[in-house]
Amino acid sequence: MAQKAIREYDAKSILAKHWGKYFPDFTYAYETVLVENGTGLKEEAKTKTWLANKALVAKPDMLFGKRGKNGLVLFRDAKPGDVTLEKAASWIDEKSKSKQNVYFSFHGDTPDGDPKTDFLTQFIVEPFTPHAQEEEYYISATCVGDDDVLYMSAEGGMEVEENWDKVTEVTFAITDTEEEIEAKIRANIPVDVAAKDKEGFAKFAIGFFKAYRELNFAYLEINPFVMQGNKIELLDMVAKLDDTAGFMMTEQWGDIEYPTSFGMEEKSPEVLAIEEADSKSGASLKLTVLKPDARIWTMVAGGGASVVYADTIADLAGIEDLANYGEYSGGPTTGETQFYAETLLDLMTRTKDPKGRDKVLIIGGAIANFTDVAKTFTGIIAAFDRYADKMKDVGVKIYVRRGGPNYEKGLKDIKEAADRLGLWIDVYGPETHVTDIVRMAVEA
Amino acid sequence: MAQLFTKDTQSIFWNNNTSAIQRMLDYDFVIGRKTPSVAAIVAPTGDSKFQNFFWGGDEVMVPLFKNTAEARKAFPKADVLLNFASFRTAYDVTMEALEIGGFKTIMITAEGIPERLARGMNAVARAKNVTVIGPATVGAIAPGAFKIANIGGTIENIINSKLHRAGSCGLVTRSGGLFNELSNIIAINADGIAEGVAIGGDRFVGSVFIDNLLRMQDNPEVKYMLLLGEVGGTEEYKVIDAIKSGRITKPIIAWCIGTIAKHYSSGVQFGHAGASANAERETAEAKNKAMSDAGIFVPSSFNDLPNKIAEVYGKLKAEGVIAEIVEPVINAIPSVRKSKNFICTISDDRGDEATYAGFPISSVATPDTGKGIGDVISLLWFKKQYPVWATQFIETVIKTVADHGPAVSGAHNAKVTARAGKSVVESLVTGLLTIGPRFGGAIDGAAEHFKYAHDNNLSPAEFLNHMKKLGIPIPGIGHRIKSLRNPDLRVVGLKKFAAEHFPSTPLLDYALTVEQLTTSKKDNLILNVDGTIGILMVDMWRALGYSEEEINEFISSGTLNAFFIAGRTIGFIGHVLDEKRLAMPMYRHPMDDILYQVDMAEEI
Repeated sequence: MAQKAIREYDAKSILAKHWGKYFPDFTYAYETVLVENGTGLKEEAKTKTWLANKALVAKPDMLFGKRGKNGLVLFRDAKPGDVTLEKAASWIDEKSKSKQNVYFSFHGDTPDGDPKTDFLTQFIVEPFTPHAQEEEYYISATCVGDDDVLYMSAEGGMEVEENWDKVTEVTFAITDTEEEIEAKIRANIPVDVAAKDKEGFAKFAIGFFKAYRELNFAYLEINPFVMQGNKIELLDMVAKLDDTAGFMMTEQWGDIEYPTSFGMEEKSPEVLAIEEADSKSGASLKLTVLKPDARIWTMVAGGGASVVYADTIADLAGIEDLANYGEYSGGPTTGETQFYAETLLDLMTRTKDPKGRDKVLIIGGAIANFTDVAKTFTGIIAAFDRYADKMKDVGVKIYVRRGGPNYEKGLKDIKEAADRLGLWIDVYGPETHVTDIVRMAVEA
Repeated sequence: MAQLFTKDTQSIFWNNNTSAIQRMLDYDFVIGRKTPSVAAIVAPTGDSKFQNFFWGGDEVMVPLFKNTAEARKAFPKADVLLNFASFRTAYDVTMEALEIGGFKTIMITAEGIPERLARGMNAVARAKNVTVIGPATVGAIAPGAFKIANIGGTIENIINSKLHRAGSCGLVTRSGGLFNELSNIIAINADGIAEGVAIGGDRFVGSVFIDNLLRMQDNPEVKYMLLLGEVGGTEEYKVIDAIKSGRITKPIIAWCIGTIAKHYSSGVQFGHAGASANAERETAEAKNKAMSDAGIFVPSSFNDLPNKIAEVYGKLKAEGVIAEIVEPVINAIPSVRKSKNFICTISDDRGDEATYAGFPISSVATPDTGKGIGDVISLLWFKKQYPVWATQFIETVIKTVADHGPAVSGAHNAKVTARAGKSVVESLVTGLLTIGPRFGGAIDGAAEHFKYAHDNNLSPAEFLNHMKKLGIPIPGIGHRIKSLRNPDLRVVGLKKFAAEHFPSTPLLDYALTVEQLTTSKKDNLILNVDGTIGILMVDMWRALGYSEEEINEFISSGTLNAFFIAGRTIGFIGHVLDEKRLAMPMYRHPMDDILYQVDMAEEI
């Protein structure tokens, strides 16, 4: 649960949906489509005639920026503004058929660091908008510390990181009223905004900031937007939502998707299943697979304890050995714990360690406040019952450390179950330091 | 206020989370608190008025309220709100409590309150000088004084971790699970904690590290502090600033968890929502180094933390800053407890002599006690000692309603049953069973409707209109034969008594203005005896200081009818005994008094 990045296409769709409310003095054509390949684009063209009639711009829509510098914005064939539907479709097919290198940061035009390599699977296609440079503007909003900050500039399309001196910052307390917000924005319109656009810019900025606040964006950037009288074009957008507000925003956001960042492992069905279980439960179930063939797997209770275990494994064994990060907490039911444990056991017993060592399963946790340890361990034991053969096949050493309500019974039960099933296990309670089992496992 | 909680601190618990509340009350009992740390529970959807909890081997009742305002009004000293609402409603509950005012501390357990709402809520609380603990927290504890909900875990763990009495460390963490773990580590390596707060895992929490550490700096019980930070955010730097400025002088031990995060560029959310580094200085390493540079005791790793605690504690002990703790005696909770099926709050027969609301029966029974049946009713029905004018009024009512001849339906029923050869009690109940909306119910109805009209400032004309719309005749108005010119002497007597003895009779005064209007329409539309009794009862309760809500509750629970039932029982028994004496035969109703109209049933 946190701030989550969304696609440019979705960001534009959300603004378009509420355009009349926030930007009543402006028009926005909302001509934009999201496609996976050339065929998809041509399919869209059947209903959206502008795709065939207008010159187009195409670019990947996968949460990363610097698309221009990465050579991933198609806006010219022979000359700028001559991209046809056919050309856009073939370009998308070409860019999506093999893995692409993408650099996330640049020094000037020179890539900085190693590229991420992955397939491009989502493209946004829009009309090419001829306009003058002075019609481009920059605007963004986010939360810094306890306040919201609005950034505005008369220079659109620039590298903001390299041009902070051209950006005007306005800070708003969370308690500022609409009147205070309007007054602050009007008093801080960048001096370089053309005189004829000043009033329009102020109105647009006020609407933009209200939309950012009321639609629960965590970050919202348009760089640039083009203002031609009362006509607005959103050329490039970046947005993050506060997904904890999702329950209040179902109507406003529509059916929103939070994609994985480019180059990150796609969420596996297992991770998706845990996410689904988490969303339905009052308890918390989290899983990130870091390195599926690594040796040490963790099944740790508690958000804080799970971090301490990960820290300690990185310190003592190195991150090469850490297969996953995750936690379960908030009193999950026996069934939820069993599902969580089975998912982990399934993942960790798929391959043997390449070096022939035993794998390690850390069933760790601090001293619980209210989670019934015996109850959750019942779920883990049920998972052992189903995966014991696979675990013995791959070779798994289990280290347990836990305290809290009913922990004596939990520890006794899990020890007995492992012994009965012929699994290797070592069991410790609150008298042993919380992360000491990591040391034992690494030193063994 | 240097201490977050004292042994007298009481809270209002929002949501009837019985297991968490029981843990609090068990803790209270173990440490020897006089009052339960939960004064009241807000249960918006519950129907009960209280919830039973164990208090050691015994039980206590904690009152339930529908909303925070009522709970707060009933328990003005309970200045801590434990907000256990879900993430969907926790914001509204907090904002309402801030609006109501009077809360010094609000703890919010829900995880994942929308960030913008959390920020707004925290800002309002800060402006009102209210300490917010959370959101997304297990709470806080002042060992030996007050413990929030589940923090510290089971009683066994609390005692093992020395959370049952004050030690000398001030503990602040984000994580609730690690709070418990650290309490244990501190108990093993030092003498336990003096005060501890888990500030919560969400990105925007109310009180942050520095708020809690500043309070602990000013709390003389705290001799040194332990701060467990996390990757992400810059809150630890505020602590460093406070040390540099000299605002914090007590030793601090600190460690930031999340050193793992540096290995993963993006996309992995380690731990809490608040745990995400957006810049180099927000990483765990940078913060650990900065804190160490500022003179904070920073271990080499989490594994090394116990040694660091032992080192700092040992040093302060050697210097005489920390004294030896005398371990207090603690109360043991019985291992087997059984909750009671019945509750009694009016009388008690366990002692030498049975009591009525605390008064031995002999102290109210004989004439020399000066107590009458009115006193007994005030004790057993209302658990209060009413003043003489009120008990005398009650007796007047009982006497007034005792009987009204053999023709009324209840008396008739009782007589018919007695003639069927049934016992006194059988005959009596057949009479009593007719008491209700049409017989005797006018007392309830008059009290209810006249009070409504008076509460809502309806003029007599408006009141008549209102009743017309409801489609019911005004209860308590009208008599078969009596009129203004030929008044009902029972009513005259009641009014006279009220005029002489009641401090004031606002509702009766109002009812008489209504009577002026009704009698102007028809002569016999007078305020009758039922109406007078109902109305004067309301005036009596008002004069005795009951709230309007309490009076409304008396009316809706049928208390007014109860006076009629008690009084008329005397009359019914009289009629039954009369029948027994007369030995009248079985009654059969004369057929010529029945209209027979019986059609042949149609086939369908």
